[in-house]
Amino acid sequence: MTALPTAGDGLADHGHDPDGGGHFGRFGGRYMPEALIAAVDEVAAAYEKARHDPEFLTELDRLQRDYAGRPSPVTEARRLSEHAGGATILLKREDLNHTGSHKINNVLGQALLTVRMGKTRVIAETGAGQHGVATATAAALLGLECVVYMGEVDTERQALNVARMRLLGAEVVPVTTGSRTLKDALNEAYRDWVSSVEHTHYVLGTAAGPHPFPMMVRDFHRVIGLEARAQVLASHGTLPDAVLACVGGGSNAIGIFHPFLDDAGVRLVGCEAAGDGVDTGRHAASITGGSPGALHGALTFVLQDDDGQTVESHSISAGLDYPGVGPEHSYLAEIGRAEYVAVTDTEAMDAFRLLCRTEGIIPAIESAHAIAGALRLGRELGPDATLLVNLSGRGDKDVETAARWFEVVDPAALPTTEPVPDDAAAGEREL
Amino acid sequence: MSGAATGTGLTVLDEVFATARAEGRAALIGYLPTGYPTVAGSKGLLAQTLDAGADLVEIGLPYSDPVLDGPVIQHAVETALRGGVRTKDTLEVVESVAARGGRAVVMTYWNPILRYGVEAFARDLAAAGGLGLITPDLVPDEAAGWLDAAERHGLGRTFLVAPSSTEERLRSTTAATRGFVYAASTMGVTGARDAVSDTAPALVERTRRHTDLPIGVGLGVRSGAQAGEVAQFADGVIVGSALVSAAEHGRAAVARLASELAAGVRGNHTGR
Repeated sequence: MTALPTAGDGLADHGHDPDGGGHFGRFGGRYMPEALIAAVDEVAAAYEKARHDPEFLTELDRLQRDYAGRPSPVTEARRLSEHAGGATILLKREDLNHTGSHKINNVLGQALLTVRMGKTRVIAETGAGQHGVATATAAALLGLECVVYMGEVDTERQALNVARMRLLGAEVVPVTTGSRTLKDALNEAYRDWVSSVEHTHYVLGTAAGPHPFPMMVRDFHRVIGLEARAQVLASHGTLPDAVLACVGGGSNAIGIFHPFLDDAGVRLVGCEAAGDGVDTGRHAASITGGSPGALHGALTFVLQDDDGQTVESHSISAGLDYPGVGPEHSYLAEIGRAEYVAVTDTEAMDAFRLLCRTEGIIPAIESAHAIAGALRLGRELGPDATLLVNLSGRGDKDVETAARWFEVVDPAALPTTEPVPDDAAAGEREL
Repeated sequence: MSGAATGTGLTVLDEVFATARAEGRAALIGYLPTGYPTVAGSKGLLAQTLDAGADLVEIGLPYSDPVLDGPVIQHAVETALRGGVRTKDTLEVVESVAARGGRAVVMTYWNPILRYGVEAFARDLAAAGGLGLITPDLVPDEAAGWLDAAERHGLGRTFLVAPSSTEERLRSTTAATRGFVYAASTMGVTGARDAVSDTAPALVERTRRHTDLPIGVGLGVRSGAQAGEVAQFADGVIVGSALVSAAEHGRAAVARLASELAAGVRGNHTGR
């Protein structure tokens, strides 16, 4: 297959940008301290210039191709299909990218932008560690100093990624405030940035936060959907009936959804993390179970109590364990262009196991939520349906969590940092 | 005019600065959060701060994600939230301050106000005797509803300016401000510092080119001497983290620090 769209094509004008203040309908904007407005204005200006600069686009395409390994293939999951009502399931293989997830798409773009802005240091927040690893990787490649903020809880459940970041030369700072997870890592990154903005760029890891991040991060990920749309048209001669992706902050989802926005017949299905179940209150499904509020720079769906205090999120997947969501998803939900469903820990882990056993692919637990959504939708739509699923990351980082969940190894052989998940359904977990 | 009963919150706020200016000094503004160590305790600490000579208090509304705050205020706010503090408690604390003749504004991150309802909060704050709001993570660009509600209820609107603010943003931000401007003197989170940032005088000077409003300077003041230093170029000296640290040692420590700060702003005339 030749002449697939490239990463640079993702940045081209597409008619779906927010207004000048970064609003998608009533969502988005800039709910943030004045001290950082100049910095986000600088990023916005640099991005606006870069996206129309052939030199920047050529360099981005070169790195995405020769370094990250783009384009990523689309794999037809024939054996998985039997468990999805016979529907055709096509996996967009972002797990095969360098560093093991879609995160590299955004990070290479922002790291190149950092250099163009004349800054020498990058900071990042990370949940599962995938964004931190990608940022540390890009920083090493481009010779930038790198500090990654990671909730202490996440440093424990994703210890392998902490080691990877340190091997890549990044400093990893465990965050011990608040719930000690992704939202608190974001708070710390903001606190760093307000003091260091002169020489530091904040490589925000998802399509959330203040304008221009939701727009810019989306554009760097649009290559996922651009490629996949062309690949599916070429291989199957038709567009998929639905596109599915997991949604935490929602960067992999917005990346694959976006090029399908104008294809009215294509359903866009975001799979949020329902944790123990949305009705238990222990979940991370911001759109399904939250309400509009301002968090980390944008107006968007947020998990909050009656007083507007952020409620702690819960998910087995560190990358989805966040009480907010990118503002464009809130907008797409409100106008009804995309639908959002919630997938429990158990359902996601069942899908994880199924994909391992039927296709020989160990997915990230985040991505397993999208697989679960596809299994559900396939059973509903039947064998004529074609479902495109963003397999946003690989599961190497999750092997320990999965090994505990399915009790496939002697627990005594595993590190003791992570509490064994308490659950009543252990009996259902045998592989 | 003689106090909260005679005017709107905004006119009383204007009067606070006019009085200090008439006395040839800067106003002292002390910050403490609701619910630290308890709701009743915070009422006592605020009363102590005012009795010791503060002209105005900022009552912090605790929020789960205080991105502009350093460790001291983060800790106090986490303590308050763990103690179960609610938005209505802040209104109750405002009322208790106003009832004894004290002047209070509320300092709050924006989401709790969004959740309460901007119009409802403005109404209830005015009814409680509060003079206005300081909004550290709300810029005028996103504040349309609040601009209207503040006008309707006669409340002050304090937005922040920072060393990184462009001339255009200094202009638009001060144009949206009523009562006093908050100049965040350093690029960084809240917290007491050994030296007052040398960017503060420059920021105040730049801001004055765009507005005649009084300018309060915050972020980093912790001693009477520093308060005196800031009072030479600002109309208000804002002290937060240092008071919160003192609060860890009880009411007497807060009274001692507030007295020292009050002497600081009085010992150094601004001449304005």
